Amino acid sequence: MAQVSSIADEQTSTPLSSSKSITLKIARYNPEHDESSKFMEFSIPYEKWTTVLEAILEVKKHFDHSVAVRYSCRQATCGSCGMIINGKPRLACFTKISELNSDIVTVEPMNNFPIIRDLAVKFERLFDSHQKIKPYLIRDDSELEADAKEFLQSPQELEQYIQFANCIKCGLCNSACPTMATDSSFVGPQALAQAYRYVADSRDKGKDSRLKIIDDSHGIWRCHFAGSCSQVCPKGVDPAMGIQLLRGYLLGFRS
Amino acid sequence: MTQDERKEGIKGMANPGRYGIERVAYWLMRLSGLGLLGYFVAHIYETSNILRGQVGWDEFLDLTQTTEGHLFLTLVIGMCVFHTVNGIRVMLGHGGVGVGKPARPDYPYDPASQNYRHKIGIYSAILLAAVAMMYGLVVMFGE
Amino acid sequence: MKVHYGTALAAVALVAVHILMRLTQGFAESLEFENVLANYKFIPYAAMLELILILLSIHGFNGLRVILLELKQGRTYEKAVSYGCLAAMIGLIAYGSRTIIMTNMGMV
Repeated sequence: MAQVSSIADEQTSTPLSSSKSITLKIARYNPEHDESSKFMEFSIPYEKWTTVLEAILEVKKHFDHSVAVRYSCRQATCGSCGMIINGKPRLACFTKISELNSDIVTVEPMNNFPIIRDLAVKFERLFDSHQKIKPYLIRDDSELEADAKEFLQSPQELEQYIQFANCIKCGLCNSACPTMATDSSFVGPQALAQAYRYVADSRDKGKDSRLKIIDDSHGIWRCHFAGSCSQVCPKGVDPAMGIQLLRGYLLGFRS
Repeated sequence: MTQDERKEGIKGMANPGRYGIERVAYWLMRLSGLGLLGYFVAHIYETSNILRGQVGWDEFLDLTQTTEGHLFLTLVIGMCVFHTVNGIRVMLGHGGVGVGKPARPDYPYDPASQNYRHKIGIYSAILLAAVAMMYGLVVMFGE
Repeated sequence: MKVHYGTALAAVALVAVHILMRLTQGFAESLEFENVLANYKFIPYAAMLELILILLSIHGFNGLRVILLELKQGRTYEKAVSYGCLAAMIGLIAYGSRTIIMTNMGMV
């Protein structure tokens, strides 16, 4: 069921000096009573700076408040608003409509994630994979012990892993990954990149236990360096780099 | 694969269009690998005709040394060269060679692993495959 | 994965020799019955062919196994794919080896 609606003059929050508008197609699906997904269309005016998230919120405000979308920070920090925008996984708050160079903007829920409703998806599998690789410093001693000083780290040691610590768990990489498209048991680029983040951290002593976890037929060996995860990452984490560097430990190139 | 997991399925694995040349290379690698496996099995069967003596061997040559056979072999040459050259690039990448060094990321957050070295490797593989195919055509049709 | 890389690298060199044999002899001429027979009877070349057969069978069917394992998961399916690919690998090596050994021994 397609519905094309325009904003009533007295209700719009976008100044009407904007003569530009796009057709926003939102995938609607409620697993409880819909058999399949359908698109609803809305005509939304936009400015050069209007993001896809703002367009979706305009729809919620003026047309259909029941559109389910997850969002929070609006500044690409929280990782909540990941979705497929014109066929590619992106953060809605970080994607400007003007950048898409298209009169039609299609938003769908991220692939490879079960849907809660409309654009909101379940993150349990991502969180489980993340937990599996032990995303915390593993060592026998602790900074909390008496007389113990903080664990020192040089700027060079910090540079080895800081980019991987930028991960906001948005799930875009898992959505883009070709292995995740078919393999239910694959841990995913997010978890593997985080495994490298801790292995590369000079304060961590749990390298062997983490390598044992990922040295699995559905672990690191199912990555084939397609690089799609790095193409879509909004924070420059570059999971593909982390995974190949991590693989070096298992292949014996790094110790 | 359950419906609930909403996996893209083979369509997602096979669609090379959205993520740059590296995803295209992944897709071509799979395609050429399967193609070469099929050819390899057929080649083992084809060469077993030597056991049927001169007559059997010549019979099979009549089947394969045709225009269609040569064109098919040209395709195999292309797949073989691409799979080999790209395979070496992927192996180097898997070993951490040419994937860049970790560094503090900065806007526009371009991924260091998707760098010109690997892109050149992929385009070289495609180019070398094309050159090999042309050479193969010259050898097979030039006689 | 190390098996996959190792077989690939070894096979590249040997397949290059195999292809060069066709090119240096003249393509059509190299496919004549007598010339092919002579190749099989030359023990180092026959040994190389056997090695190519083994390496490429392992590499090819391992690759197929990886693709199939990624398409569907489950204990029974994974075991079936692994053993199936292993059986196909052994079958192909056996069939190809039969050709090489019988031709080399002159049982043509």
